[in-house]
Parts: sequence; C-alpha cells; structure tokens
Amino acid sequence: MSSELTRRGLSFLNSVNEFCNNKVKLKEKYMEDTSDSYGTIPTERPLSKYIANGVINLDKPPGPTSHEVVAWVKRMLGVKKAGHGGTLEPGA
Amino acid sequence: MHSRKAYVCVMQLHGDVSADELKAVASEFIGPIYQRPPVRSNVRRALRIRNVNSIEVLEVRDRLVLMKVESDPGTYMRKLCWDMGLVLGVGAHMRELRRVRSGPFTEEKGLVTLHQLSEAIYRLHEEGKDDLLREVILPGEVSACELPKLVLRDTAVESVVNGAYLAVPGVAMFSEDLKRGSTVAMFTLKGELVGLGEALMDAAEVEKSERGIVARPTRIVMPHGVYPRAWKGSAAEGPGSS
Repeated sequence: MSSELTRRGLSFLNSVNEFCNNKVKLKEKYMEDTSDSYGTIPTERPLSKYIANGVINLDKPPGPTSHEVVAWVKRMLGVKKAGHGGTLEPGA
Repeated sequence: MHSRKAYVCVMQLHGDVSADELKAVASEFIGPIYQRPPVRSNVRRALRIRNVNSIEVLEVRDRLVLMKVESDPGTYMRKLCWDMGLVLGVGAHMRELRRVRSGPFTEEKGLVTLHQLSEAIYRLHEEGKDDLLREVILPGEVSACELPKLVLRDTAVESVVNGAYLAVPGVAMFSEDLKRGSTVAMFTLKGELVGLGEALMDAAEVEKSERGIVARPTRIVMPHGVYPRAWKGSAAEGPGSS
C-alpha cells in the first residue's frame, strides 16, 4: 500500500474535475490506500497506453470531414482505432 | 453522452430588423423548442423537443448576426436560424457554424490543432521526448469530467469490470451530486476510469448506508485483469449473491 500513490491518484481525480470546472466535492466512504502492485495513474501510463486511452480536443479545420481527420490522426499516431465526437449538421 | 453544446454561428437575415426586435425574438427561442431535423441529416426526421439554454447576440453588422447559442445535443443551429427568420418576418439562414463546446470540451482547455499534434509527434520521433505529445493528448478520463463520480476500493474493481453491481462496502469515495437513476463515472483510487454505470442510490443514501447496491455498470472501459479478483463476498456483490 502506498499513500504517496494514493495522493497522486486523488490529485489526478481533482485534475479531471478541474478540466471542466466541476466543483462538486468527493466525500469519503471507506477510504483507503491503493496498491502499487497493479494499475497506473492515467498520466503515468507508458506512452502507447497513454495514447490508446487518450483523447484529443482537436480544432478541426473546415474542409476535410471528421472521418478524414480521424484517418489522418490514426496514421500520424500509428493507432488502429480512433473515433470522433460527432459531426456538425450538414451545411455548417 | 455530452450534455451541453455551445455554438457560435453567423445568421444571414433576408431583410432589415431592429436590434430590439432581434433580441426579443432571440429570447423567444430560449427554453424548450420544437425541431424537426432538416432533410439533409443523419437522424430520423421526427418532431422533437430540444432545450436552448441561451442565445447571445454578439455582434450585428447590416444583415449579419453573430450569435452564441448553448443547447442540448441534437439541436440544429441551421433550423434555429431559419425559424428565427420566420418569426422576425424577414427570413434568415445560417451562413457559418462553429461548435465551441461539447460537454466538458471547450475552446479554453486543451484545444489543439493538427499542426500542434504534428509537431508533438515530430518531437517524439526526432528528439525522443514525449512531453508535447502528453500535452496534446489528454487522458481519456477527462471525458467523464461532468459526471457524478464513484471511487472504488481496489478490491471492488475487478468484480465491477466483470459486470458485478457495486455495493456500499466497495465505495471509497462518492461525489455529492450522486443521484439515483443518473449516469455515474466509476474510477479506481488511482484515477483510472473503470466505466460508466447507473446510480441506484443518492449521495445521501450512500453516506448513511452500510450495505446495498450503489450502482450497476452499464459500460465498462477498463480491460479485465488489470486489478486482481477479490474473494467472493467482499467489496462488490453480483446480482443475487448473498
């Protein structure tokens, strides 16, 4: 059990909330330390896992379709699977 | 899944209207509105209700109106502009559209261009440094930012990954906005997203209970085997177990 690891885990959870200014507090129930024998803090994932579990907030240029841009991103990153968060209405 | 969208659009009016008329009509479209998706759309063209949270007229130049609109997902800005034009009496259509928010994703945090992505990859390949890439790519967990959250004790994780319902003894932490019936994001104590679930208790209930089912998993994201299987009967319970 590692309390430093737990501290980093909670710090990461707080940063997830900060991402969208979510100020709702987490309350403790059966709080305890987390083991360092398995699992990884998301920001500490080795690069290929980090990418595989990652998300990009991409400012898509007008012109290419979302589908095309996803294909480019997959090629650039060397990943086989990627998706996008929805297209805009036609005529946008 | 993303609860709120925001757009900035340019509406082209087909006639002249006063600033007051424009503001008055804009405020009429705030709240629930009827919409039928346009002919060119990917969805069934059923009449449906969508909520428009706000419409802000940012700038007006001749017959061009720059507006910022916040709404439910699936609200067509093109139809909104068209209908506003009808109510204004002169007609209007949408000329330009930019989505500026999708759930937790806004222009303010972490927005990157393809160029920045390309540079980050270049830095990795040429200099061996992944620092820029880890800025451009965010951990997928941020997608769950807006949701109520449950943090699972280590012993509950693998059971839930296998579809077991999460019981009170398996809960390390819970967010104050936990509400029965709503979607909840379940995390490990390290901050890894286990998956999404449906909350079966409110925060207040979790606080005062020592047993009972807190959530049922609906969409597991974490692979099997990351966390070890705990003994049956501890932390998480499956449906029908003692």
